Amino acid sequence: MYKSLADAIRDAEASGRTLSATALALESKDQGRTVDDIRSALRRALEVMRSAVERGLEGDLRSASGLVGGDAALVAKSSAGPMSNTLFSDVLARALAVQEVNAAMGVIVAAPTAGGAGVLPAVLTGLARNRKIGDEAVIDALATAGLIGAVVAERASLSGAEGGCQAETGAAAGMAAGAATEMLGGTPSQVGHAVALTMQGLLGLVCDPLGGLVELPCVFRNATGAALALAGIEMALAGITFAIPVDEVIDVMGEIGRNMDVRYRETAGGGLAATPTGRRLAKERLVQIRTAPR
Amino acid sequence: MVSLLDIIGPVMVGPSSSHTAGACRIGLLVRGLVGGTPEKARIELHGSFARTGEGHGTDKALAGGLLGFRPDDERLRDALDIMEREGLDYQFEKTTLADDSHPNTCRLTVERAGQTTTVIGSSLGAGRIRLSEIDGYPVELTGHLPTIVLVAADQPGSVARIAGILAEKRVNLATMRLTRKERGGDAFMVIECDEPPGDIAREAIDDLDWVKWVRTLDKVGG
Repeated sequence: MYKSLADAIRDAEASGRTLSATALALESKDQGRTVDDIRSALRRALEVMRSAVERGLEGDLRSASGLVGGDAALVAKSSAGPMSNTLFSDVLARALAVQEVNAAMGVIVAAPTAGGAGVLPAVLTGLARNRKIGDEAVIDALATAGLIGAVVAERASLSGAEGGCQAETGAAAGMAAGAATEMLGGTPSQVGHAVALTMQGLLGLVCDPLGGLVELPCVFRNATGAALALAGIEMALAGITFAIPVDEVIDVMGEIGRNMDVRYRETAGGGLAATPTGRRLAKERLVQIRTAPR
Repeated sequence: MVSLLDIIGPVMVGPSSSHTAGACRIGLLVRGLVGGTPEKARIELHGSFARTGEGHGTDKALAGGLLGFRPDDERLRDALDIMEREGLDYQFEKTTLADDSHPNTCRLTVERAGQTTTVIGSSLGAGRIRLSEIDGYPVELTGHLPTIVLVAADQPGSVARIAGILAEKRVNLATMRLTRKERGGDAFMVIECDEPPGDIAREAIDDLDWVKWVRTLDKVGG
């Protein structure tokens, strides 16, 4: 796959194709699989994503520790907020839903990781429903998301243990923003700006889950990550160009991750995990996990 | 080479692609190295695997992988119970491996049918993994493609002979790496293939008298 989004955007523009078509063609060549075969794998991913959204919205799931669960349904049913019953609140609810399924050891699609798995399905399926976009276009968008994630994997990292949350929900938000920008008719160059505009807002984000569990704040980080992706899409489609090239934004995310203290890289040694309440809750809940009947 | 489908995937049981799905894949590859479910396993967890593995189900995922469950198999949730029911002796402990080890690393010492193998494996994020050491040999094994691993006496022409057998059986090679501990010592070969090499190719390699053992591993990623 491409190691630079600039290269992918240049190839797409030169051939008059979308980034998804460009990425699918290269993937087909790289992996010796037909484009149809790759798209059917993405179709399965989309089905699993939709099932996870629906499962989470039922509202009855609880995580192993009992720290998270049921909040997706709260947002979905609420009419109290300024954004209630809009695309925005729907996307938030979907992101929470998938992460609640994940925390309960349910089946999800890691995209790019399990810890950030709520963002992409939330943004893409939420927008597809809102704009009545068919599955084929959503599958194309998943290919674009895969391209963006592959570039982040090559240039930076997708692991919270290596790069903090910016490498997980940060990368997921960049992928979702770029993919949705293409799905809504943006040019390849606008896709690049959407990624940059979204990821710049998540640079430096630490990975600080209570007890090291992919629960709190991960479930909520997916919702706020999805919200920032919507912001990035909105700005890019309005025609905003971000002055720092997207590859350099990704590079600096990697650099920040490498310099990040180990306490902030999924070790539960810092951030929210190390607050007095964070420590107390983690201790109580881990005891609960250890003593619970399996 | 990163594949698009590594990024949009795997479809997996949560909660962590590195600590759950990646751990499961390490277990699956190690299972392949001993040719089936190990009867005994000593599983040492390093770094973030040691610190946060429990809450991520890393223990369940590694055990599940050794049992042959794939990352999207919902039985992973119950892998420790299944392990106990089947009378398997898997012990987990925390350890500290070399300073330059990836944060998510484990060392597995497994036993099956009289064969013992010690493997160091890391989960690199997004479900991608790498085995970096097998029985003291430095290796690079990702499980991304069907793979043949073998130990052979270090002698001229061995690589060509094996490549010849695979060509004859119409198996296309993707990569081939040979490592050894010292000059003249045994060589460890990792051969990634575009398609599963099949029993016939494996048996033909096994028949070479300078090949000490050979295993074929199914791909576990992508």
